Amino acid sequence: MATPPKAAEVIDAVWRIESARLIAGLARLVGDVGLAEDLAQDALVAALEQWPASGIPDNPGAWLMATAKHRAIDHLRRRKMQDTKHEHLGREMDERQGSPEEKLADALDDPVGDNLLSLIFTACHPVLTTEARVALTLRLLGGLTTDEIARAFLVPKSTIQQRIVRAKRTLAAARVPFEVPRGPELAARLESVLEVIYLVFNEGYSATAGADWVRPALCEDALRLGRILAELAPNQPEVHGLVALMELQASRMRARVSPTGEPILLLDQDRGRWDHLLIGRGLAALTRAEAPGGAYGPYGLQAAIAACHARAGTPEETDWTRIVALYDALAQLLPSPVVELNRAVALAMAFGPAAGLELVDSLRDDPALAGYHLLPSVRGDLLAKLGRFGEARAEFARAAAMTQNARERALLQRKAEAL
Amino acid sequence: MRFMTIVKSRETDAQPSPELIDRINQLAEDATKQGKFVGMGGLGPTATGARARLSKGKITVTDGPFTEAKEIIGGYAIFDVKSKQEALEWTRRFLEAHIGLWEQDLEVEVRQMLDGDPSQGC
Repeated sequence: MATPPKAAEVIDAVWRIESARLIAGLARLVGDVGLAEDLAQDALVAALEQWPASGIPDNPGAWLMATAKHRAIDHLRRRKMQDTKHEHLGREMDERQGSPEEKLADALDDPVGDNLLSLIFTACHPVLTTEARVALTLRLLGGLTTDEIARAFLVPKSTIQQRIVRAKRTLAAARVPFEVPRGPELAARLESVLEVIYLVFNEGYSATAGADWVRPALCEDALRLGRILAELAPNQPEVHGLVALMELQASRMRARVSPTGEPILLLDQDRGRWDHLLIGRGLAALTRAEAPGGAYGPYGLQAAIAACHARAGTPEETDWTRIVALYDALAQLLPSPVVELNRAVALAMAFGPAAGLELVDSLRDDPALAGYHLLPSVRGDLLAKLGRFGEARAEFARAAAMTQNARERALLQRKAEAL
Repeated sequence: MRFMTIVKSRETDAQPSPELIDRINQLAEDATKQGKFVGMGGLGPTATGARARLSKGKITVTDGPFTEAKEIIGGYAIFDVKSKQEALEWTRRFLEAHIGLWEQDLEVEVRQMLDGDPSQGC
């Protein structure tokens, strides 16, 4: 028997497709992201009230758009009548240029995606805390509910709710203009956007908390956000670098967790389980990640490293010398002990464990790595390869005591016991 | 979650009009701009294809065309979305794009791809 879809499910689907565009268009018109979201939510509530009784409209997306439009026009009319404050005179003057209907039609018509891009930059604005940026971006651009965000980050719903309310208030109080930054500001602001997206991805790819090592839904959300950005800002090489990095890392998703939920390390993975659709997309994005002159940015370099693995049919075919060179370049752009640690792993693979261990040992006193479980974990691997099993066992045990993730701890403990 | 939407119809010589192609491209662009489009492909005539069948331990291969078939697969699109309903909404838009521009009946099968998610345990 065919069952007609429930109105609530259809509304949910249409909301996920239309909400970002809707909020962005409304924000362009009213100049306030928080108010824009409220207006869009009003339209959603109207749909939830009316569709179950009147039936699902033939074109649900258009219905939602039209309803939000009416709410916005009502709001603008009310504001015009009530608002006598000086600070709004300028806007009122602007509004006389055209009727609200015409202006709204213009605002919602967004062929180049400027509204959406403005929305991303506003949600990731530096006046907000990183946590607030993440929550607001997932909510406004990703179309996620407060519940979903809370579940993804394993925090109470009320925490996310507060975070979003406060973020909207901060944006309004700071009078953050709804626009795409230009000139030198663009690079810095873009960095913040990329950081937010990658943070979401990483929280899904190797969860810092909780019982599960991966939370694929978060990776998918981040990938979608990255792909949106790549469409909106096609001339920014690092955007493609980030997308390439995420597609390539996501391609290994199903190979890096065992059926019982244990992590499987890169070189032990069954490469037949890598997702070649995503690898293809990642390699294609990587070709767009080169800046004029052929140089990669930090995301592009990390993607290029991931591509070396993706191209290798077996672990033995991996071009470790190229990976070392890419890590050298990355260490220059982004000097960090974590990059050095990865470079040490590549050095060991290219030139033997002793070469890697030498670099790792030079990092042992770095205060930035003091609580970083991968340092003893890598050191343990290299010591084991050199036959120094006693020291290796001690390092794995140390690493196991340091990680916050239950699955990873179990893996490290097994490594220690196996020696 | 990823869904493959598989387009099925009677095989004819009819070619899509430029207007229809425009509409479908617009839809693909829309989905791409939302980061939800993974890939799409059209399939050639069954005359250039073949069928391989395993039955009672024996493999037989038959070259196309498949004249006896009521419906053939004409193409597919892959979406990365949050729910089956969202995949269905994109499919609805895909079918809507054909109204007035395509004579034959169309059927789209919407199927979740299990491989993207380790929690599916496959």
